[in-house]
Amino acid sequence: MAIEDPVLFRRVFKITGGDFQNAGSVSKEIKKALKQLNTDAEVIWRAMIVSYEAEMNVVLYARECEMTLEISQSGIHLVFDDRGPGIPDVGLAMTEGYSTATREMRERGFGAGLGLPNIKKTSDHLEVVSTVGFGTRLDIRLMFPAAVSKAA
Amino acid sequence: MRVRDIVTALSLEIIHEGEHLDDPVEGGYVGDLLSDVIASARRRDFWITIQSHENIIAVATLKDLAGVVLAKNTTPHAETVEHAKRENVTLLRSSMTSYQLVARLAGLGISGDR
Repeated sequence: MAIEDPVLFRRVFKITGGDFQNAGSVSKEIKKALKQLNTDAEVIWRAMIVSYEAEMNVVLYARECEMTLEISQSGIHLVFDDRGPGIPDVGLAMTEGYSTATREMRERGFGAGLGLPNIKKTSDHLEVVSTVGFGTRLDIRLMFPAAVSKAA
Repeated sequence: MRVRDIVTALSLEIIHEGEHLDDPVEGGYVGDLLSDVIASARRRDFWITIQSHENIIAVATLKDLAGVVLAKNTTPHAETVEHAKRENVTLLRSSMTSYQLVARLAGLGISGDR
């Protein structure tokens, strides 16, 4: 974020691939932090869609992930940096309905090909950088309503 | 109408009471795809599903849902019940299908319109 928009809150979380038991717990921590900072309810609602989808992507596909949450005056910045198989074709992965999920994942109600499209739709900025065989980095921003109207 | 009133009216089985029995129900959502539910269910929605694994509890918690109803007598996994207890999520069950449950909820005036 720019110098005139200093980070007010920063925390780093770890997410473990394949850990269905704790899936959603990082999103819950984010929610708690946002509530403590009296974040607008609509922004929390959007942040939960984005963080849960990204967290589930790690649980479903990656080995591990370092997730950084930053909150500033203007909004929320989430970076999911995982070590995993990577995405061969990011454009295709952004297409609604496209998924490489296994049958087991689908039976659990995942793998509908909505994850990344949901994140894109719900956030104000999404950048996906992926290297096959190494990992994927999602850089996501959600702007607070006041910051959006100021920028407009 | 509160969750408790719906439990009585529809004879729902309470698997875990949770903290939402006295919450007002403002609408409902039906879905077994978790990405769809996380994207589209709204606060204080009653969620009807046949998914039985523990990840449904995280979805209910993150989206502040009024309760989760397992349709068709779906048996929750042991981990699901544990998570519901830990997160204090209201977890209910019915022998009715998702469609029958929606029809009954609509009859009680919970249309899903906001």
